[in-house]
Amino acid sequence: MTFLIGENMVGGYGGTDILNGCSIRVDLGDIAVVVGPNGAGKSTAMKAIFGMLNLRSGKISIGGEDITALAPFERVKKGMAFVPQTHNVFTSMTVEENLEMGAFINTGPIAGIMEQIYELFPVLKEKRHQCAGELSGGQRQQVAVGRALMTEPKLLMLDEPTAGVSPIVMDELFDRIIEVARTGIAVLMVEQNAKQALAIADQGFVLVQGENRYTDSGTALLRNADVRKAFLGG
Amino acid sequence: METLLNPLVLLANFILVPGLAYGSQLALGALGVTMVYAVLNFSNFSHGEIMSFGAMCTILATYWLQSIGLSISPLPTALLALPFGILGAIGLCLLLDRLVFRFYRHQRASSVTYLIVSIGVMFVIGGVIRFIIGPDDRNFNDGDRFLLKARAFKEISGLSEGLAIKSSQAITVITAVIVVAAIFWFLNRTRTGKSMRAYADNQDLALLSGINPDRVVSITWVITAGLAAIAGTLYGLDKSYKPLVYLHLVLPIFAAAIVGGVGNPIGAIVGGFVIAFSELLLTFAYKKVAAYLFGDGFFGDGLLQILSTDYKFAVSFMILVVVLLVKPTGIFSGKSL
Repeated sequence: MTFLIGENMVGGYGGTDILNGCSIRVDLGDIAVVVGPNGAGKSTAMKAIFGMLNLRSGKISIGGEDITALAPFERVKKGMAFVPQTHNVFTSMTVEENLEMGAFINTGPIAGIMEQIYELFPVLKEKRHQCAGELSGGQRQQVAVGRALMTEPKLLMLDEPTAGVSPIVMDELFDRIIEVARTGIAVLMVEQNAKQALAIADQGFVLVQGENRYTDSGTALLRNADVRKAFLGG
Repeated sequence: METLLNPLVLLANFILVPGLAYGSQLALGALGVTMVYAVLNFSNFSHGEIMSFGAMCTILATYWLQSIGLSISPLPTALLALPFGILGAIGLCLLLDRLVFRFYRHQRASSVTYLIVSIGVMFVIGGVIRFIIGPDDRNFNDGDRFLLKARAFKEISGLSEGLAIKSSQAITVITAVIVVAAIFWFLNRTRTGKSMRAYADNQDLALLSGINPDRVVSITWVITAGLAAIAGTLYGLDKSYKPLVYLHLVLPIFAAAIVGGVGNPIGAIVGGFVIAFSELLLTFAYKKVAAYLFGDGFFGDGLLQILSTDYKFAVSFMILVVVLLVKPTGIFSGKSL
């Protein structure tokens, strides 16, 4: 039974539909990557799954439970965590406060979880008392991912986590994301750096105009000549 | 030595001491304005009337306490009645939010709409206040008037200039220090306070973190109302309570919030003192100070006063214009709570 299922999602902002029946699934411990050209509805699909967009039809379920009607903050309680593409840290608050806010729904002790996050991102421990707004792009992304992980989610959703960071930082972030998935968390991410992302993906979705064009394992998509030609630049 | 000490005491008596008290009152007021701005994203022009409403509740409770013979002399009874004032202001703010502001929040109204709405609310509260307590001047300070009398100071120091400290001034400064410390502790140390800062910083991300926006909004109103009631009561204790004055007070309070950087609590406090001291420094007649330093009549017969005290509100305006021209984000670039 697949952990997250977003099925035949149709919806958009206002009148026109951006999603035209696309389906996305990801299982615990797996990494699923959504790629596609600009305007294909990748980010919109993420927002739909997280409940920040009203669907006209389609169904979203997590662990077999239908969550289509839940508000975003209720989905957080169901074990979903979302890292937006931009504005994903509290810039005026310290790294530690950012993590603390991530764990807001968790009223129990959080020191243990925080320590795990510092282990995953050692640089954050060094900068724990610094304002998140003063960090570099890559470090900010780490804070953002760390904040999302503080809720101890079962599903981590990342919207272009490597946008605007250097290739070295990108590799490092991907390594961390693999580590996160290894702990049994389902990871769903949208990526512009399609080749590198598909290389670490268990499951890949190529969206075009709000529909699934190709759905296969990451390596299979990378080998697929049509996909390479049309979406990965040869 | 005395030629130097006398003018210093003169300045302390007419500028430093009143400036500290007035600055504290403005700082508390501006802190409330800045909190609403940071969390709820609008300029709340009804803040002055909320202060007035809180002060009015305190006064009514004072009268009641006096009638049953409760007193904490030599301190004014109003301090004992202050919790009632705070509760009254909290009730008012929560009611206003429920009836008015929540509607516009759910509409995601623009800040201009909000601003006009808050002006409307200001007039309504002002009217209600005049219904309840009337437009007259009221002095409700029944405590000891002076902590240090000018005559006593002269006797102790042997100087010809006196330094007087009104007990209301001392109470104002002490209360302001305690309240400001409590607010900063709350914002920086408690989970709820941090969630308020997080919400002010990035509303969407706060939602993603599971922070309940309705709760943050309610707490913001509670704190704002508390600050307003305290500021209003302290101002009334120090000067006397008159509803119209609180309408005028909105201007220096907004000037203070903007000068400091609206949305920034430290800025609000610094701004409060900047405005208070500018008003006093620009409207003080320096004739006597000059007489001590340079001898009588050195500068002729003039009062050596830059502006008449009638123009004290112009000072807020001038500072406001200069700040908006030169550094629109204020001294401490807002907005972050």
